[in-house]
Amino acid sequence: MNYGSSVSGERLFAECKYSTQALHIILNLCQYLFFHRQEILKWNGWGYSDTRFLFNKKGQAEFTGKRYRLSGMIIPALQNWFEGTFGASVQHKSPAMPILTSSAVQPPTLNEAFVDELKSTGIPCSHDAEDRVFRGHGHCLHEVFALREGKVGRVPDIVVWPNCHNDVVKIVELACKHNVCLIPYGGGTSVSSALECPPEETRCIVSLDTSQMNRILWIDEKNLTAHVEAGIVGQELERLLNESGYCTGHEPDSMEFSSLGGWVATRASGMKKNIYGNIEDLVVHVKMVTPQGVIEKGCQCPRMSTGPDIHHFIMGSEGTLGVVTEVTMKIRPMPEYQKYGSVVFPNFEQGVACLREVAKQRCAPASIRLMDNEQFKFGHALKPQVSSIFTSFLDGLKKFYITKFKGFDPDRLCVATLLFEGDREKVLQHEKQVYDIAAKFGGLAAGEDNGQRGYMLTFVIAYLRDLGMDYYVIGESFETSVPWDRVLDICRNVKARIIQECKDKGVQFSPLSTCRVTQTYDAGACVYFYFAFNYRGLSDPVHVYEQVEHAAREEILANGGSLSHHHGVGKLRKEWMRETISDVGMGMLKSVKNYVDPKNIFGNRNLI
Amino acid sequence: SKCVYTYKEHRDPMLKKRDDFEDILEERRNSSDLKYALRCYTPVLYKGVTPCTSSMLKSMVLQSDQLHYVINQVSKETGKATDDIKEEASAILEEMAQCLQLSTVRFFAFTLSKAFKTLFRSICVNEDGIQRLQQAIQEHPVVLLPSHRSYMDFLLMSYILYTYDVALPVIAAGMDFMGMKFVGEMLRMSGAFFIRRSFGGDKLYWALFSEYVKTMLKNGFAPVEFFLEGTRSRTSKSLTPKLGLLNIVMDPFLKGEVFDVNVVPVSISYERVLEETLYARELLGIPKPKESTSGLFKARKILSEDYGSIHVYFGQPVSVRSLAQGKVNRCQFNLVPRHIPRRPSEDIASFVNDSAYRLVRAQEENMVLKPWVLVASLLLQYHHQNQAAGQKRGIALGELTAQAVWLRDLSRQYGAFLHWPGTVVTQVFTIILLALLEQGLYFFELLSQAVILLSCASYRNQALHVFVRPALLALAIHTASSNQKQEVFNSFSFLRNMFSNEFILCPGATVQDFEEACYLLVKTGALQFTQQEVLVTERGHRTLAFLSTMLDPFLQGYQVVCRFLCEEATETLTEKQFIPAVRKFIKKLLLAGFYLLLFLRFSFVCVCVFFFTSAFYKMHNCVLCVCVCVCVCVLSR
Repeated sequence: MNYGSSVSGERLFAECKYSTQALHIILNLCQYLFFHRQEILKWNGWGYSDTRFLFNKKGQAEFTGKRYRLSGMIIPALQNWFEGTFGASVQHKSPAMPILTSSAVQPPTLNEAFVDELKSTGIPCSHDAEDRVFRGHGHCLHEVFALREGKVGRVPDIVVWPNCHNDVVKIVELACKHNVCLIPYGGGTSVSSALECPPEETRCIVSLDTSQMNRILWIDEKNLTAHVEAGIVGQELERLLNESGYCTGHEPDSMEFSSLGGWVATRASGMKKNIYGNIEDLVVHVKMVTPQGVIEKGCQCPRMSTGPDIHHFIMGSEGTLGVVTEVTMKIRPMPEYQKYGSVVFPNFEQGVACLREVAKQRCAPASIRLMDNEQFKFGHALKPQVSSIFTSFLDGLKKFYITKFKGFDPDRLCVATLLFEGDREKVLQHEKQVYDIAAKFGGLAAGEDNGQRGYMLTFVIAYLRDLGMDYYVIGESFETSVPWDRVLDICRNVKARIIQECKDKGVQFSPLSTCRVTQTYDAGACVYFYFAFNYRGLSDPVHVYEQVEHAAREEILANGGSLSHHHGVGKLRKEWMRETISDVGMGMLKSVKNYVDPKNIFGNRNLI
Repeated sequence: SKCVYTYKEHRDPMLKKRDDFEDILEERRNSSDLKYALRCYTPVLYKGVTPCTSSMLKSMVLQSDQLHYVINQVSKETGKATDDIKEEASAILEEMAQCLQLSTVRFFAFTLSKAFKTLFRSICVNEDGIQRLQQAIQEHPVVLLPSHRSYMDFLLMSYILYTYDVALPVIAAGMDFMGMKFVGEMLRMSGAFFIRRSFGGDKLYWALFSEYVKTMLKNGFAPVEFFLEGTRSRTSKSLTPKLGLLNIVMDPFLKGEVFDVNVVPVSISYERVLEETLYARELLGIPKPKESTSGLFKARKILSEDYGSIHVYFGQPVSVRSLAQGKVNRCQFNLVPRHIPRRPSEDIASFVNDSAYRLVRAQEENMVLKPWVLVASLLLQYHHQNQAAGQKRGIALGELTAQAVWLRDLSRQYGAFLHWPGTVVTQVFTIILLALLEQGLYFFELLSQAVILLSCASYRNQALHVFVRPALLALAIHTASSNQKQEVFNSFSFLRNMFSNEFILCPGATVQDFEEACYLLVKTGALQFTQQEVLVTERGHRTLAFLSTMLDPFLQGYQVVCRFLCEEATETLTEKQFIPAVRKFIKKLLLAGFYLLLFLRFSFVCVCVFFFTSAFYKMHNCVLCVCVCVCVCVLSR
């Protein structure tokens, strides 16, 4: 995967005090870009402004920009798939409002005393409408849909950019003193309504943007840890560590934009967790600024028996207790060798059985994902135009082999994508082991290409949603974790529930309802659902969408799934918290909140 | 087409919601049975079907987690080796399992065509229902729930489904059939699987049986068919549902193993049940002949009789998911592995019970009623009144006709599904019913008269579900100490409780039933409601009298049992002794002349007895005894 051309454009590995003048200029430039993210990122959609899907004049799908492998390519099969799956048409457009009209944004309610004192500290801040709107939302469907229509609800009144831990301490102190509401903002990739400003909040809302705290403060090669400021975004962290020959290996699908602090605050999970672990396994030490002061451990030890782990109050607190400012993370030497792979199974049941066996033998590769038939077709529709007749001939031959010779039903087969990492020899050995297990479940190796394309899907899916929204199609993804014996049942039932609810709610065309088993654990798996439908003919599509998602979540819970595996609860899933963690559990969380933040300074009202 | 009934123009608006019937025998009479039996049969299957054979099913069951668990458990409890238990399990499964074969089905298709054509005038099926069923089979696993009045039922069901190219069901059948040499195996090959009548504590058997049914259901192997009432109703009155199998088929949905299960109630209405006299004799205490092949052969004489027509109505498929919506918290299975057998929780138990009653009611609602059903009700009432008055007089045909028309209109307003063949009323009556009754009136031999009256009562019972709620209200008004609404309700509620094992009255639905009864009686102008009071209108007296008389035999049955308990039952009686003892007591009463005036109402014999067959086991429980005693007080007031 290539994230080469990143935002800052130059080496950026230093603390301020070491910086030369030249570096200063670049830093300033970079800070400018970060202050005004909206100039390189879309304000009403996903990702970079220069990167998007569109149907060109010939009706062919094209991916613009230069940032991704797929960029600049024609994707010939996408239109057919799109029109066939959703009953949509490239003739029927539903374009977004191109620019934000400032009049749509309510003037800020400013706490003058707070603003005055803040200005005297010299920490940069802004109450420019665009800055505020940009930080007033995540990427839930309803949020993006409203922005595309130019509708803006309650947004932060002021944005502040602390530069280091001490800045944050000052801001939190001032906030407590003047009773303003603080909402930490990292990468803005939330999909749980966590960044939405509570409409009932009457105080001045301050968005605390951590993007300037983006340095690696030190690397400890003896212990293989790195101490990093929490505002750094995933790809930047990885790029900087790579320069020293290290990596964290933490790769959530949103890693291009999401921040370290955000990962900690939501209990994030990365694609390669099988090797590197999830965020809770990666974090060695956390520093968080709360209204009661700074919370951190007194040492950087790998494990302690010192009562309940205070990290677990911080991880998953979703910005309700404080701001994570610095994190010590485990790092690993960069892997010598990486190899993608894929396996085709005759049906989803066999595929799940194989994943279960792989998990049982504890030989899961860095990543192993099983896409269902619909998602396989979806991935297939994203195949870029092939350059040679030979490749297309080869593709035809492969298809013939699998469907005719091996007798796989093209409407039932599914594919597992694999990513192996490590030293070359071990990777090849590992690969053989996994393919041998797969063969026992009727799996056929289907090449590196299919595997790589599978992973690409996760990075472009959000761009694809924007494309859909240009043509009356809305959708979203959501996830859960579930015990192994429930995996098949939950996949079938949730997909069926989505289809049934859409039908009941008057959706004209059967929706896309698809899933993949995206992580394996000893005792269960993480399942990811995509769901999208054509909303032509519906008067309130977002409401219908929300009802269906609500029903799907109920179905997940009824089938023994969790409320969330890694997206978090936010405000979107709050209503189910009590049944998820019990009354006493709620009481515990609340009492922590009451002690740490009695005045509800961190008032985003997530979680509880 | 031609075979569609032409009585549409006579149909009341009340009936509009029901589908039209088509006679499937019509075509049989006009074309070759052999060709029909050998025709191409390609039913639509469940979309998620995993193709498998009957023997694969067995090994799936034996390898299931559920069974492993239970085998280990039994092994621990009894100390037997697991291998031995496995062998035992496999033997049980062998005894239980069906092995559906198309060739046997074709054989039945041929022979049954022949038999049906001689026995019945027509077999009418609602085709729309078949289409709905076909749709349902494609979408989700399907459970077929036919009403059960005759041995014929399940053969008939399979026959109809074969005719319409619908997937053939697997059928839960009693072990009794297994005793029939050859025939048992034939039934097995046409999809029947056999269950022991009682296996209360046998964990292994229960696990095998439930897992077997669930496996067939989940895989979409075939629709699963069983009888909610558990056994044939000898009295044409729906029996209170048995919950075992319903629990089993709902379980896969509740545990999330399938997205939904469609339950299709099927109402089979016979004009005359093949076992008519057999049932009456059984009720009088003559034991049921054991099912045997030779018995079946002997019974061939029934082929020479005319059993009229059969109406089979496939009801609206009911989604278990929508039934359970808001009633069951499916999360309760999250904390224990689903294959570990557990007693159903309270909410599930009451959900299954409620659903069972709703489904039996759905069966009842679509039962087709023939004119004789109504006439039998009238004649029985008339007969009782005569008996009470010590007269032996017939009824003028004209009067009977007028009354029948009145009752027809009344029952239509109550939503009965009547099949009233035009204007031929008088003629029909003369032929069948008067003949029947006259025979009865002039027979002095107790038994044969009772048989006839019992047959009559069983016709009457077919219409009970139409009248039972208004009748309870009528009786309640009659017995309540005042016209106060609350009083009437209390008395209604008391009667309803007392009869809760007698009629299909959904548990816990007293208020709804009361409202339904009030609605019907007000709609027909029999009752008026003021703020506080319930008033019977001028024209309402006749209706109310008819309705409360309808329940008389039942009340008297209970009353006699109470007398027996008070006067005779000094020492404790076992279940087996109890029924004959009561029977003897009643006979004594009847022969003692002194009671004749008061009690010479033959039908109560039957009522009494079927009260025992259906609800007897509850009698052990003093609560009901007390309840019945109170009832006696009410009556003697």
